[in-house]
Amino acid sequence: MSVGAEGTNTAPAGDEVLAVATGLVKRFGSFVAVNGIDFEIRRGEAFGFLGPNGAGKTSAMRMLGCTSPISDGQLRVFGLDPKRDGWKIRSRLGVVPQLDNLDIDLSVEENLYIYGRYFGLRRQELLAKVTDLLEFAQLSERRTSTVDPLSGGMKRRLTIARALINDPELILLDEPTTGLDPQARQLLWDRLWDLKSSGTSLVVTTHYMDEAEQLCDRLVIMDHGRIVDEGGPSELIARHCPREVIELRYRRPEFHERGAAAAADLGLRAESMRDRLLVYADDGDAVVPKLDVEPDSISSVLVRRSSLEDVFLTLTGRSLVEAGL
Amino acid sequence: MTAALRVAEREVRFFRTAWRATVFSAFVAPLLYLLALGTGLGGLIDDTSGFGGATYAQFIAPGLMVGSVVQIAANAGLWPVMAGHRWIGFHRAAVSTPVSAPDVATGWLVWVAGRAAAQSAIFLVIAAVLGAIGSPAAVLSIVIAALTAVAFTAPLMAYTASVDSDQAFDPIMRVLVTPLFLFSGTFFPVSSLPMVLQWVVGVFPLWHGTELARTVSTGVDSPLHPVVHLAVVLVWVGAGWLVARRAFVRRLTP
Repeated sequence: MSVGAEGTNTAPAGDEVLAVATGLVKRFGSFVAVNGIDFEIRRGEAFGFLGPNGAGKTSAMRMLGCTSPISDGQLRVFGLDPKRDGWKIRSRLGVVPQLDNLDIDLSVEENLYIYGRYFGLRRQELLAKVTDLLEFAQLSERRTSTVDPLSGGMKRRLTIARALINDPELILLDEPTTGLDPQARQLLWDRLWDLKSSGTSLVVTTHYMDEAEQLCDRLVIMDHGRIVDEGGPSELIARHCPREVIELRYRRPEFHERGAAAAADLGLRAESMRDRLLVYADDGDAVVPKLDVEPDSISSVLVRRSSLEDVFLTLTGRSLVEAGL
Repeated sequence: MTAALRVAEREVRFFRTAWRATVFSAFVAPLLYLLALGTGLGGLIDDTSGFGGATYAQFIAPGLMVGSVVQIAANAGLWPVMAGHRWIGFHRAAVSTPVSAPDVATGWLVWVAGRAAAQSAIFLVIAAVLGAIGSPAAVLSIVIAALTAVAFTAPLMAYTASVDSDQAFDPIMRVLVTPLFLFSGTFFPVSSLPMVLQWVVGVFPLWHGTELARTVSTGVDSPLHPVVHLAVVLVWVGAGWLVARRAFVRRLTP
């Protein structure tokens, strides 16, 4: 989990703007899912929406994907208006939805073929493409299988392959790795890295901080339909958190309280979680002894680099997991 | 329109593996009716004056054709649409591509019309072999059957797109579609029904489609002018198509 924040975001982001939103709003009846957000997505970059469930990420993605009309504000994708030119925009996008909507009535290869037909691609052209994409998704051996028996990871890779059928300029991935086991996540990650390295522009929503930290060149942090901050992952961490975080577990609740007080006395910011105390410091190892309020009061201690999770906690006072509940 | 055809293409592809499940309701059931009632029961009917010179088998064949097409078409506006929108989501997937929600609705109807035409063409050939088709003009009833199918599917699609569960689907088939099949002039002229029921039957497109198909197949006169029958069917088709498009937009691109 301790991931270097610097040096991981290698793809060069160009100056060309692929999508721009100003004061973007999405309402469902009286519920405001997205409450006036501004963002800009540039060619070649991986752009992230980070936030807990219900923050408005999926609504923002669906408006970008032109499958949900905007309620207010302005949105341009490829310089076009989704309201008037939705189908033109969609013809240049690749969409990986949060919930798999693969066609279980069809085989693996037919899923790609029929999806390609929706883009108006010719039969001959598609046959070669389907073979390549199955290779990319490591599903060549399951070509004629139906979709249902595939594992969660395979289904997600097939969905990504499907999104590539039209050689999209911009790929929208909504929670691409949610619900996958670590191994399947890793395999999917490799594919996303391949795409990123090849210069494809990505928009990713996630509530996994490590994912956002490693994959995204720039991201916005969303909460309650608003953007609470934006920037590069290391930039955001540097802006909001000292370099390191000490995670302390005390043997008794009163030790925990005294530990928090000790941190405050040292002028350090501390977040009291249910099971542990987080203390932010530039040099964690130097601080730990001062937080051991009584000999052997600490049952476990971990000093790690600050992460986007800590940024979110700082900005909203809640952890991403708590916020999503 | 090409986008809508792609949606229909998906159905054709699925149908290549799924067609066996529909053989009974599409062909076996109506042919059993034709044999049992047309030949069996028809042999007991002395007074054929109500059939305009046709045999009883010739009288019921067009109604059986349209009626069985409509039963499959009604089904196609219910469960498979729910599957496309919710259970499987292939319609949700389609609207992420250049295909729009109205295209999905239109494509679905193109598929329903095409399948209905193919189904009635095959039925027509078999019925002709059995001597239950009186005139070559019966070929026109293929178009009539396809239109009547769409007249049923379209409003049911709109209904399906606007509800959250399939609870009412079985009742719709049992309480609406099956009784309509039995009483819409399929087996006997609706003039034998009480006036109230004649009005009820006259509201729905099935009777009109049946009368049109019978007129072209046997030359039997209908109580109403064919243009009136055609107009009712077309109103259901047009209005159904519009409400289905609108409901699909609401459901698929909220």
